[in-house]
Amino acid sequence: MNRTKVGTGVGFAVILVWCLLPIVWILSLSFKPVQETTTGSPHFLPQTWTLQNYKDVLNNSDFTRALLNSTGIALIATALAVIFATLAAYAIARLEFRGKRLVLSLALAIAMFPVVSLVGPLFDLWRTFHLFNTWPGLIIPYMSFTLPLAIWTLSAFFREIPWEMEQAAQVDGATSWQAFRKVIVPLAAPGVFTAAILTFFFAWNEFVLAISLTSTTSARTVPAQLSFFVGSDEFNPPYSQLATASVVVTIPIVVLVLLFQRKIVAGLTSGAVKG
Amino acid sequence: MANIEMKNIVKKYGDGFPAVNDISIDVADGEFMILVGPSGCGKSTLLRMIVGLEDITSGDMLVGGKRVNDLAPRDRNLAMVFQNYALYPHLTVYENIAFPLRLAKRSEKEIDEKVREASKTLDLDEHLQRKPGNLSGGQRQRVAMGRAIVRDAQAFLFDEPLSNLDAKLRGQMRTEIARLQKRLGITTVYVTHDQTEAMTLGDRVAVMKRGVLQQLATPRELYEQPVNLFVAGFIGSPPMNFLPATVEGNQVTLPFGTFGIPTAKAERAAGKGLLMAGVRPEHFEDVSVIDPGKVDMSRTFKAHIDVREWLGDQQYAYVPYEAEANVQGQLKELAREVDSDSLRTQLVVSLDSDSTVKEDDDATLFIDTDKLHLFDPATGENLTVGL
Repeated sequence: MNRTKVGTGVGFAVILVWCLLPIVWILSLSFKPVQETTTGSPHFLPQTWTLQNYKDVLNNSDFTRALLNSTGIALIATALAVIFATLAAYAIARLEFRGKRLVLSLALAIAMFPVVSLVGPLFDLWRTFHLFNTWPGLIIPYMSFTLPLAIWTLSAFFREIPWEMEQAAQVDGATSWQAFRKVIVPLAAPGVFTAAILTFFFAWNEFVLAISLTSTTSARTVPAQLSFFVGSDEFNPPYSQLATASVVVTIPIVVLVLLFQRKIVAGLTSGAVKG
Repeated sequence: MANIEMKNIVKKYGDGFPAVNDISIDVADGEFMILVGPSGCGKSTLLRMIVGLEDITSGDMLVGGKRVNDLAPRDRNLAMVFQNYALYPHLTVYENIAFPLRLAKRSEKEIDEKVREASKTLDLDEHLQRKPGNLSGGQRQRVAMGRAIVRDAQAFLFDEPLSNLDAKLRGQMRTEIARLQKRLGITTVYVTHDQTEAMTLGDRVAVMKRGVLQQLATPRELYEQPVNLFVAGFIGSPPMNFLPATVEGNQVTLPFGTFGIPTAKAERAAGKGLLMAGVRPEHFEDVSVIDPGKVDMSRTFKAHIDVREWLGDQQYAYVPYEAEANVQGQLKELAREVDSDSLRTQLVVSLDSDSTVKEDDDATLFIDTDKLHLFDPATGENLTVGL
């Protein structure tokens, strides 16, 4: 028993180091002065600690603008995707209609489609519709690409909820909408949060569309903006500032996961019906 | 409170199969009505049509004199307890019970009063702040009932509410439901496949088979005057014995011998050829435990006891017999219909617990042919009903 404990501990340590080492490296970079990153023999930890990088990055209006774009676009895309996916998944789980299988397979097909192959057509399309370099120009594709996964996740959750829950609510005097809102959605909350997080991650981290469908900071998101952090000398990019910007964009994700982790409690439905 | 009238209710599914076929039942105001039958007989479908969770293909459903066919469940003001309780797991017991009241937009004060009253009635006071997931089966059952009684609904509908409980709890909850219904005096329709629940709870019982109403009567009438083979075989445990019989004059010939029967019964059966006789297990007795003076020896026969089950207050003995092939086929069919599977043709007799008959031994048994029923084997109809 002791041996397995030790084994588990060592395993954890190895995995932690493996996963966290790059992050620690980025963190350490972000506290180094620029000169230190360009010296020939870098140290792992900063020789002199500085907050200058953070001041610079947060005073960089292009970066803060990109941060705003990222936040707005990701949040709106997530909200829309979750709302549409919830309604669609509910219909798929509960209703019998023609073409149900078609909808599901189409959703899957979209999820499997390589994003890169759509960049060219979308670029032309968006220019024609004046959506190029706008928020909706990114929100629409982000929403479309995350909907399939969200629909599949949510319809699985809805299927798990017994029909009787809803029927009981209707007998108790609820309209279909009230039954959906007061009984089904709360029960599917873990699924909704899961879908929301996945969607948000996708929109927050997406790079190919963000770089291709924007031309100025009016809609460019952080991952795209980072590629413009070249500094004065092309051959000596400001690594410490890049690292700092990466840390800044990672923080919201970490906070989000910690917040929602509490909400994603499995077994919320246990005890609804016969145990 | 209201009466429920079902007029020629039909439910056909997409494939044209009638799950409920032309059923008319009047449930009087305050009456406790039971719908009973083997699985797949359409009893739950009928209940769900009353509450509005299934569409009615044809016929009229009236609650309190008002046709409700096209009303949504929420507009029918009926309360239902589901088989699996269907409690809302994200709400506390208090909120579960308050749910219908909140939907009806009652005042906070009224909601609190009603919930407290219901929780007191159902002994749920200490559990009000708990979630359904942490409750036992019996407690969940009571919460489901609480949610039904706060409503001031026109009627209660129960869909096999006790089938998920263990035997002991089921007995307790059964009396609890009976007491509650008597006290509230509310019209109740109760679906079950358990004939003990049917017999003990119901003012009247509707026996259904394959979507068709077989008999609608009081429990006593069902037991003593079943209208056909199906009802006779379904009601009673152990079930009624069915034996091939021929009637000549006042004599009936059964596999064990020929016995006299009342003239009235004999007349009804005259000229019908091979019949099916039905005798309840308790209408047999071991001759050795009856007062010798009281035994009509012409109604006794020798039987070989195969197996004996002593239960304390009574005992069951099993007497195998050979039946002709055509009769056997009929008995098998009947067994299938009532959801039991008897492997052999045998007589089940209920004897006094004092009887000392031994297994694998012969005994002399008395048969009370006054209480015997005669059925037409072709139609299943009871020829001696009312006698």
